[in-house]
Amino acid sequence: MFVAWRDLRFARGRFVLIGTVVALITLLVGFLAGLTGGLASQNVSGVLALPGDRLVLQSSDGAGPTFGQSEIMDAALTGWREAPGVTSVTPVGIAQTRAEADGQHAAVALFGMPAGAAASEVAALAPTRDGEIGLSAGAAKELGVSIGGSVTVAGAEYRVASVGADVWYSHTPIVAMTPTAWASADTVLGGDGRPTVLAVSGDADWSAVAASTGTSVATPLASLPHLETFRSEVGSLGLMIAMLFGVSALVVGAFFTVWTMQRAGDVAVLKALGASTRSLVRDALGQALVVLLVGTGVGLLAVVGLGALAGSALPFVLSPLTTLVPAFAMVLLGLVGAAVALRPVTAADPLTALGSAR
Amino acid sequence: MITLDNVTLSFADGASRIVAVDSVTLTGRPGVVTGITGPSGSGKSSILALAATLIRADSGRVVIGGTDVAELSRSDLAVLRRERIGIVFQQSNLLPSLTAREQLQVMGELGGAGVASRRRAIRARVDELLDAVGLAEHAHKRPAQLSGGQRQRVAIARALVHQPEVLLVDEPTSALDRARGVEIMQLIARLTRERSTATLLVTHDVTPTASVDEWVTVVDGRIDAGALAAV
Repeated sequence: MFVAWRDLRFARGRFVLIGTVVALITLLVGFLAGLTGGLASQNVSGVLALPGDRLVLQSSDGAGPTFGQSEIMDAALTGWREAPGVTSVTPVGIAQTRAEADGQHAAVALFGMPAGAAASEVAALAPTRDGEIGLSAGAAKELGVSIGGSVTVAGAEYRVASVGADVWYSHTPIVAMTPTAWASADTVLGGDGRPTVLAVSGDADWSAVAASTGTSVATPLASLPHLETFRSEVGSLGLMIAMLFGVSALVVGAFFTVWTMQRAGDVAVLKALGASTRSLVRDALGQALVVLLVGTGVGLLAVVGLGALAGSALPFVLSPLTTLVPAFAMVLLGLVGAAVALRPVTAADPLTALGSAR
Repeated sequence: MITLDNVTLSFADGASRIVAVDSVTLTGRPGVVTGITGPSGSGKSSILALAATLIRADSGRVVIGGTDVAELSRSDLAVLRRERIGIVFQQSNLLPSLTAREQLQVMGELGGAGVASRRRAIRARVDELLDAVGLAEHAHKRPAQLSGGQRQRVAIARALVHQPEVLLVDEPTSALDRARGVEIMQLIARLTRERSTATLLVTHDVTPTASVDEWVTVVDGRIDAGALAAV
């Protein structure tokens, strides 16, 4: 790193420029990752918080099951309840509508499920009486109500029995009801009152039970692609992040390709003086690593600062997964780009140092 | 000591080959400056490239301090160059980002085994070498801040800082005016004698003869025995 450090100092303008580009890409990637995390959380946190090891969906039209189209038939419900190894089956109805409280309106997700289901953030919201509802923190905030207040949903008025965790489904805050109240509301909204999903637990042959009941089963995490909004949203944001990673590797690779080509004469001289190719490669990669670490470090600080500010106005998640992991990937891909640019270093012919016109 | 024993080197030129060095035998002895001269294209730079182990001979032997370089791998040749050979290039070939002091220190940073001890040994000699070439006061300057003669002095100090057995010098005065050229030649001669290096010096200019102990003339890749003369 002897020459590398001095090159960094000597050509600081060029390295500040590429460092700034790396920092800006890190900022973009970090911001997109945080936004993706925030949007994903507003999309699926309710699904992930359902009380079961597996989630069961059923499609009536034969197409692949989705949360929007799924309806659990009575026979399927019975089949799962009687299946060996299944220890609990919680039918959950899901519908989206608007709620109103004291003149304030908000789009909400109605979750119908029995009180006393296995402990989970969603189950904890479930009321015990048909005339009551449990509000997630987001729903309470958007409707401006607290415990004891009243909320109108699908033409019926309910008393707020509890305000719980900030759980969401498809970008709408969750409002929990009893299964009976949910079935009534769903009927008013044009549905047939059948549960949407079964949250099941136990140690069963999941595939066999799913096949025998005409349903599909997956872990909560693996079920997320069955949520249409999640699939399209995360897909497009993930594609943007992946493209930014690619751009980052290409930019860093292009910079170091030009840089090492400009230094080809110096590299030939160092080889003629006896430098090992390994030491020259180590020098070049070390130089790239310094630029990448400083660039991503600055970008990361900007992500944390701006993310903290944006968190109150945007769905933004600031976590190691949305900051450190993308930053690590940036450094890794940048190094790959720099490694591709090493050809002029390994190929430099020390004999050219003897020429009269370097 | 460096010996080229019946060395031949040729290059492909389409379907045929051009013989650049033809059965050359030459010895560089410790403390002696051997000047290699000849017309352009005569093969003197090729002889220097062979001596510097930057290219392998088709036949014959190049022996440096008892080591036949033909037996060495590419990485072993790099070790040989950084430990036992000093090279002064036609253009000073200094690294633009390094100060004069760092141009010498870099010789201790070229990798391989024993880097730490070599680094210590070289750093201990840097100031003495810069003083020996008259650049102690310019140690902090980069190449762009030095004159052509000063850059060549730094290059000479760099070539000697690791105490090589062999010093190879390629046209050291070609980019200098006559007065600076004489100074550089005298400096090379003085350091060769003080440090007992075997110096091979390629030049097309035979005027500053006082600095060269022996002359070898190369014509068409061969040593012209008729032109060989002790000065």
